[in-house]
Amino acid sequence: MERKTIVFKIQRYAPNQDKEPYFKSYEVPVEQGMTILECLWYIKENLDSTISFRSSCRMGICGSCAMFIQGRPRLACETQTLELKSSTIEIKPLPNYDIIKDLVVDQRNLFRNHKKVKPYIISEKATSNPTKEYIQSVAQLEQYLQFNYCLKCGCCLAACPTMATDTNFLGPQALAQAFRYNTDSRDRAGNARFQIVDTFEGIWRCHMAGACSDACPKGVDPAMAIQLLKRHSIFGSRKEYSDYAGPLPKNRRPDIPDAPAPTVKGARTNGRGNGKGKKGRR
Amino acid sequence: MRYNNRLGAKGWVIGGNYSIERYLYILHRVSGLALIFYLMCHLILTSFRIAGAPTWEAAMAFVSGPFFKVGEFLVMCAGVYHAINGLRLIIIELGYCIGKPERQEYPYTPSIKKQRPLMYLLMLVVAALVAVSVVDFFIM
Repeated sequence: MERKTIVFKIQRYAPNQDKEPYFKSYEVPVEQGMTILECLWYIKENLDSTISFRSSCRMGICGSCAMFIQGRPRLACETQTLELKSSTIEIKPLPNYDIIKDLVVDQRNLFRNHKKVKPYIISEKATSNPTKEYIQSVAQLEQYLQFNYCLKCGCCLAACPTMATDTNFLGPQALAQAFRYNTDSRDRAGNARFQIVDTFEGIWRCHMAGACSDACPKGVDPAMAIQLLKRHSIFGSRKEYSDYAGPLPKNRRPDIPDAPAPTVKGARTNGRGNGKGKKGRR
Repeated sequence: MRYNNRLGAKGWVIGGNYSIERYLYILHRVSGLALIFYLMCHLILTSFRIAGAPTWEAAMAFVSGPFFKVGEFLVMCAGVYHAINGLRLIIIELGYCIGKPERQEYPYTPSIKKQRPLMYLLMLVVAALVAVSVVDFFIM
């Protein structure tokens, strides 16, 4: 396989050692298919073991390896090195966060704001005595599903120009999560959440630069969530609430076949399978 | 010891390689600040009228040069852009032209791409009005 040598200009900063961040260059032999994260691991294992960066899943699920690659916040594990089409690649830590060391940033502000918007389902029934599952239609699910894929990688806060100057802004990640839970048909705390986000430092601080949605590696689209929160703030929300599933019908529908016989002899069926292939209620 | 990496106002301009809307946002802010600055200058200038006709005439003579004519043209451009782009922002902030939440499949189509036809249309309106201003200020 053909190899291409690419120069990685990586921003370095060691606390209690450096006053200012500086760049250090490394030459990495890159093959087709190598991600930026793999190149960083190559540098750490072969060229400079002192370099620090976060990574975990290597498959765009954990959001640990978000960094500022070639002028954009990206996940290092999802960025193909050769697709950047450059012989020199510049990597910096995510902007708008304090740097702990090299490419590792302090994300406490992100998580603090995330917690502020109550990112969980609040429902008297669910918290007091949940007895059954909720019924939720596909249409109700799709109202919030897109925003559910947030990794909390922090790319959106790094891209947001308002975050660059305003330390009190809740930020696109937290506001998108407020929308996610406000539109969940199982949740009943929309008003409580609105009191937190319908503020000067909340949704009205967003001026729709759209960079958060542009940068999001998972298509979460925080900009849309924030604009829809504004719409709900002005026009009100026409939210459909879902309730517990009703009781099961007494007679099984004729088009539902029998459960298959258990493959393990003597296995308990809990009344859901008949174990003998006879007609029974599942 | 942590290093403060918040970009500050420079992050508005050299924040990174993003789509055009991020730069429209910055232009919107800068044009807004420019209009406020103009408004203050305008109020100061017109207040000279209180001091009588000779002072007013002198003030008018001071701002009648080519430098101020270009300045007024830039104010016109800022006003046109701020008004039309503001209209785009109002439309978007009311939840129009950005699509609806849906399942996302790669390559993703975020709201910023969905509002782009509206953005192009309104920027054409800005260009047309600025062209009319050029004719009005410098040709007619």
